Amino acid sequence: MKKEKKMTLTLPVEEYAGSGNLACQGCGAGLAMRYFLKAMGPRTVLCIPACCWAVIDGPYPHSSLSVPIYHCAFEAAASTATGVKAGLEMVGDDKTTVVAWAGDGGTFDIGLQALSGAAERNDDILYVCYDNEAYMNTGIQRSSATPYGAWTTTTPVKFFKNQPKKDINAIMAAHRIPYQATASISYPEDLFKKAKKAKGVKGTRFLHIYAPCPTGWKSRPEDAVKLGRMVIQNCIFPLYEIEYGEKYTLNIKVKDKKPINDYLKLQGRFRHLKPDDIQIMQEEVDRNWARLLKKCEAS
Amino acid sequence: MKKVKADPKGVLTGAHYLDGDFAIAEGALAAGCRFFAGYPITPSTETAERFAERIPFVGGIFIQMEDEIASITALIGAAWGGRKVMTVTSGPGFSLMMENIGLACMMETPLVIANVQRGGPSTGLPTLVGQGDMMQVRWGSHGDYQIIALSPDSPQECFDLTIRAFNLSEIYRVPVFIMADECVGHMHEKVVIPPADQIEVVERKWYDGPKDKYLPYKPDKDLVPFMVKAGDGYRFHTTGLTHDERGYPVINAECQDWNVRHLSDKITKNADKIIKYEEDQIDKADVVVISYGITSRVAYRAVQLARKAGIKVGTLRLITVWPFPEKRIAELAKKVKAFVVPELNLGQIVHEVERCSAGQAPAVLVSHCGGWVHDPEDILKAIKEAAK
Repeated sequence: MKKEKKMTLTLPVEEYAGSGNLACQGCGAGLAMRYFLKAMGPRTVLCIPACCWAVIDGPYPHSSLSVPIYHCAFEAAASTATGVKAGLEMVGDDKTTVVAWAGDGGTFDIGLQALSGAAERNDDILYVCYDNEAYMNTGIQRSSATPYGAWTTTTPVKFFKNQPKKDINAIMAAHRIPYQATASISYPEDLFKKAKKAKGVKGTRFLHIYAPCPTGWKSRPEDAVKLGRMVIQNCIFPLYEIEYGEKYTLNIKVKDKKPINDYLKLQGRFRHLKPDDIQIMQEEVDRNWARLLKKCEAS
Repeated sequence: MKKVKADPKGVLTGAHYLDGDFAIAEGALAAGCRFFAGYPITPSTETAERFAERIPFVGGIFIQMEDEIASITALIGAAWGGRKVMTVTSGPGFSLMMENIGLACMMETPLVIANVQRGGPSTGLPTLVGQGDMMQVRWGSHGDYQIIALSPDSPQECFDLTIRAFNLSEIYRVPVFIMADECVGHMHEKVVIPPADQIEVVERKWYDGPKDKYLPYKPDKDLVPFMVKAGDGYRFHTTGLTHDERGYPVINAECQDWNVRHLSDKITKNADKIIKYEEDQIDKADVVVISYGITSRVAYRAVQLARKAGIKVGTLRLITVWPFPEKRIAELAKKVKAFVVPELNLGQIVHEVERCSAGQAPAVLVSHCGGWVHDPEDILKAIKEAAK
């Protein structure tokens, strides 16, 4: 906890995400957008495919964001952003930050081809995946970001998801993009700092934001921020940055790694798990954490 | 064609209170569908969820794919692997499937796709009703081909027509579409599932002749070629390229003519066997209301009111939409003053009615862009005008 107190960066008071949005109670995606836009400022375009945020923004006159939104097709967040950026450049605008803002389904699954294409070309876009670990907008179906063990409507309790979460950050690192980072809504200063840094980098940038979803995780809305913190402290979702696919920097060096049990207990989606299942998850977390530490040491 | 009784494992015999989406899943399981690959999209997701829940107990595979392109391609693969297969989707997902719907037609692959239609174009109205994909289902993929499309108007018919869709897809080796809509998909009604021995399902037409004589695209007497079971040792080659009876590519005009005409002929020449519609009080009618899906149930109210007002009005409800019942429409066009065609689009099936009527009776469109159903008064007004 001492580490957190040392973070003294103050978030700007300006708000670009106003009230009147349609997010559920305790929505992590809502907080993610709020902190992110504080770092972006008003000169930002958001390309949003089908995802919760296509709905959260709300209908006129309740529209909650004060930056322009381009609601594109589900599979096309990255390629749409590529086009918007090219269009702006052609009219002489090189100041506007073009952001692709997609959920985990639109990033890990249907949007991966477009994202990979943009990253390989190193298109000058900032891609943000707010990850609530399932298709929440259509009513909680599994995605390849859904963790092992989780219940969703397409991985019912008796046949819960038996594959681990896809390592999207490794995939992005393999593209050697100039900057990528993980962030959590429960570490706003860290999120802000990374968004700001990403804004200043040219080329494809990727932010992976952990965004708890009380509705889909069957957790209490008031626990959303707590879950976003626990997931860092138990090393399920470590906070780190990667530059050019090689230089790894760990931002929160967890010394007293917590077991995952307490985190799982707060979420109905894991309620059915038996100690053996939890052990499988814990081992996966331990392996991933050890691997990440090695990568950080090596760079 | 080999007809057998349904496998009781997949049949949830009894009276249920189900929505149309769930009824589609139950119809598929009863018909022997044992492979489902899908991707979440409103308002069709419930069918996938039901499958995920039920298929482990029936024996089969449910896979949630990474998008709709993957869903339909996995379907084609599993069909060639010997399974009865299906997926469900709606507007945007249906658009993503288009290229591979053409591939499935070209490869003569039996499969079933349910499109629970929502308001379009593009993302449109994800949670609200539309009937705007009726032409897309017929013409959406490039090139010339024929498909079969059915339109249920109730959860019960979602169940019944899904079984029929599987049977037709096996008989004609063609993708068959259940063109439902959000209202029918989300409407809860009583659905009666009969005992398995009262459900007739069609088995795939397997080839069991000598191994060196097998030609995967040689039309049989009914114009439909035999399939082989993967693993039975027959050599086959299938492709989306223009191909001959052997399934190998032949890139010239003669083979193109043979190949493409065959895809069309096996449906058009069997159209009478495929087409089903439901008529009411049509013999002495001055006006005939032609409708399908949820719109037929709204139109029914308008028809009741018109009859009360003394207008001789009949109804024709399309159960098979494609191939279109052109002969019947042409017959009726000679007898009636006009057709009234209410649709949740700006006019799609009405063009077919016009084409078949060939100027003998006008077809009056009652259009509605979707998002809600018609006001029966609007249909009534059109009936009254048409009867003049």
